[in-house]
Amino acid sequence: MRHKTFFWFFLPTASAMLLFIAFPIISVITQSVHAPHKAVLIEVETCTPLTGCKIQTTIDQEATRKQKEVNPLGRFVGLDIFFDRGHLAIHELVDIFKSSENWSSKYNQIFNLPFYRAMGFTITFTFLVTPFVVILGLLIALAVNAIHSKIKGLVIFFSLLPFVITPLIGALVLFWMIDSRGILGNLVQWLVNDPTLSLKASTGLMWISLIIYGIWHAAPFAFVIFYAGLQTLPNDQIEAARIDGASRYQQVRYIVVPHLFPLITFVALIQLMDNFRVFEPIVGFNASAHATSLSWFIFNDLSGETRQLSAAAASSVLTIVGVSILLFPVLLRTWKDFREKK
Amino acid sequence: MSTGVMKHTPQYMELKMIKKLFYSVIFGSTLLFGAPVFAGCEISDRVSIVGNEFPAIQTVGSGAQECKGAEVSTNLTADHQKINIPGMQGNPAEFTAVINNNSVLTSLMNADVIRPLDDLVAKHGQSLKPSQLIKIDGKVMSVAFMANAQHLVYRADILKQIGVNPPKTYEEMLAAAKMIRDKGIMENPVGGAYMAGWNLATEFINMYLGHGGEFYKTGTAELTINNDKGIATLKMMKALSEYMNPDFLTHDSNATNAEFRAGNVALMNMWGSRAASLVSVEGVPQEVKDGFAIDGPMTVGGGSTNATTLWWDGFGIAKNISDAEAEASFISLVHAIRPDMLTDKTSLEAVWLIDGYKPTPAAKGVFAAASSTSLPYPSLPQQPLLHSALGNELADFMQGKESAEQALNDITAAYNGAAKEKGFLQ
Repeated sequence: MRHKTFFWFFLPTASAMLLFIAFPIISVITQSVHAPHKAVLIEVETCTPLTGCKIQTTIDQEATRKQKEVNPLGRFVGLDIFFDRGHLAIHELVDIFKSSENWSSKYNQIFNLPFYRAMGFTITFTFLVTPFVVILGLLIALAVNAIHSKIKGLVIFFSLLPFVITPLIGALVLFWMIDSRGILGNLVQWLVNDPTLSLKASTGLMWISLIIYGIWHAAPFAFVIFYAGLQTLPNDQIEAARIDGASRYQQVRYIVVPHLFPLITFVALIQLMDNFRVFEPIVGFNASAHATSLSWFIFNDLSGETRQLSAAAASSVLTIVGVSILLFPVLLRTWKDFREKK
Repeated sequence: MSTGVMKHTPQYMELKMIKKLFYSVIFGSTLLFGAPVFAGCEISDRVSIVGNEFPAIQTVGSGAQECKGAEVSTNLTADHQKINIPGMQGNPAEFTAVINNNSVLTSLMNADVIRPLDDLVAKHGQSLKPSQLIKIDGKVMSVAFMANAQHLVYRADILKQIGVNPPKTYEEMLAAAKMIRDKGIMENPVGGAYMAGWNLATEFINMYLGHGGEFYKTGTAELTINNDKGIATLKMMKALSEYMNPDFLTHDSNATNAEFRAGNVALMNMWGSRAASLVSVEGVPQEVKDGFAIDGPMTVGGGSTNATTLWWDGFGIAKNISDAEAEASFISLVHAIRPDMLTDKTSLEAVWLIDGYKPTPAAKGVFAAASSTSLPYPSLPQQPLLHSALGNELADFMQGKESAEQALNDITAAYNGAAKEKGFLQ
């Protein structure tokens, strides 16, 4: 009986999840194993005002349409797109490992492949921004909790601003500020005493700018959650600790952090997932020459006139796999807890 | 006497009737004679145009919006290549007309989203010249209205200061840039739309054609840029970038022009369509306005072909729309490019292919490009894939992270992957 009640309660959510999550994933996986039909080319006469009339190659749309009618999904290519140079680049990797060059040169060659270059930046971004967001959010929450109630409201307002600004707009504003003729660009030049330094021309500095932007943008989110958690802090434990002579740092480490632990896990999880899909800073900072990410790949393949849909679908599937791997430890623990409760 | 009594005397009524007649005659005649002010552009269904945003296209867009009878909306943006095909693939399509050029037309034909215009040309295209009609396989697929090319734009006063003639080759441009920097006049005298992506790829294509290179093996889609001409092209681009603002990989035409207007650039290879109105905006210092000059495109490596490409811009009509919408779009765009639209102001904006266009001094560069040996931008169906591969892979080389040979290998590998996926290569 209980199962039946549960089923009826769960049905709306299940339908929504099926419609908006399961079916799109199946569709993307299907698209990623199909490629467009082979182009049928014909020679036709083309006349333009600049060159007069010449014979040129163009696509035979009739034949292409016939091919599409027979097989609308395209031709089945299995995992070819996943293994090609724009994705996992299996053949290129095998060649690199087989070659007799030294490790440093092999390392450079691996990171010359577009997918691994994107993964390099995405992983670096995720595993630098997430912990710093948690730590910074905690510090801000502790600080705001301790200040005088008269200015608390004002400080909270200013602390929340970076998160309120639309990510793309914030990135665009910062793009002009870090330009070599902008305020921040000039400040950095003055600090290191090098008038030719340009943040946008150096890959390392661009990565740092993007990571700082990521931390700056997401810290208020962590702050708000931790601040709410701090309000439920048991005051008697803090007092007892203070009487026993614990320093401020010890109070935080032994009482506040364990109390906030579920919230810290929650924020870390959300940040892991969000940062793995980093995209707006790269577009806003025009940084695609220095840093790319999986999401940027998908955007690049989909937009523009080349529209490589199968490549974009394969990148999407790889992103889903990546996020699953990241969240696997948490899912495992949840499953274990569930098993224990039974 | 009260006004009530006055109102109904016979004399008063007669006067009123005469007044009424008089006003109706005047009103009726203005209706008759007032109409030609709008050159009679009547349309019966909606029009939605997508295209680029430089001044000549803005003029065409506003010209189309003069038509009465239905809504004419325009979406003119620098990102038009991201939204045009997606916006025309739906059925019914979102956009009814698209401003295209040699390169965009290829992609539109590949995606099969535009319709033949022969019947519309026969019905409404009397003001068009035969040379304006772009024919593919005997069918009119686009109507061209302007020509464009990149050519030299420079500061005549700076070159006079260093005692040098306007460069005719890229080697001369490098020498002039070195002199300007050594004399301390400007730190980064060269400008170029070298933004990673479409712009950088276009610069490569221009420079490679200047070196006399071929892109593909004849009759196939096999890429043939991995040769000494490709290496020479990359070396020249790197040499030029040494004299540019270090942020050049983030600068498109708009940003490069902003640098010129600010007085930071003395030599650049810029689009004719943008050069025309470069210094006529607000806030440009007087010395930049006075020193602004244009010349034809340059050659490179001792070649005879200009290191530039010829482009035409025109419009096409979407396939997945009703015939009424297609007719309305065609009428409004033909109205926008009618010979009457050439005024003193609009004549400056482009090298119009319209009847009655008289070349202005601003058109000197594009005319020089068209009258000397310049090749049109290639319109083969696999060209967008090469353009995209170049745009993605050149940035590493331009930052000095890899050698020219490695860059050409990467470009070829990226192109091959895309061409295999799209079915151009086995």
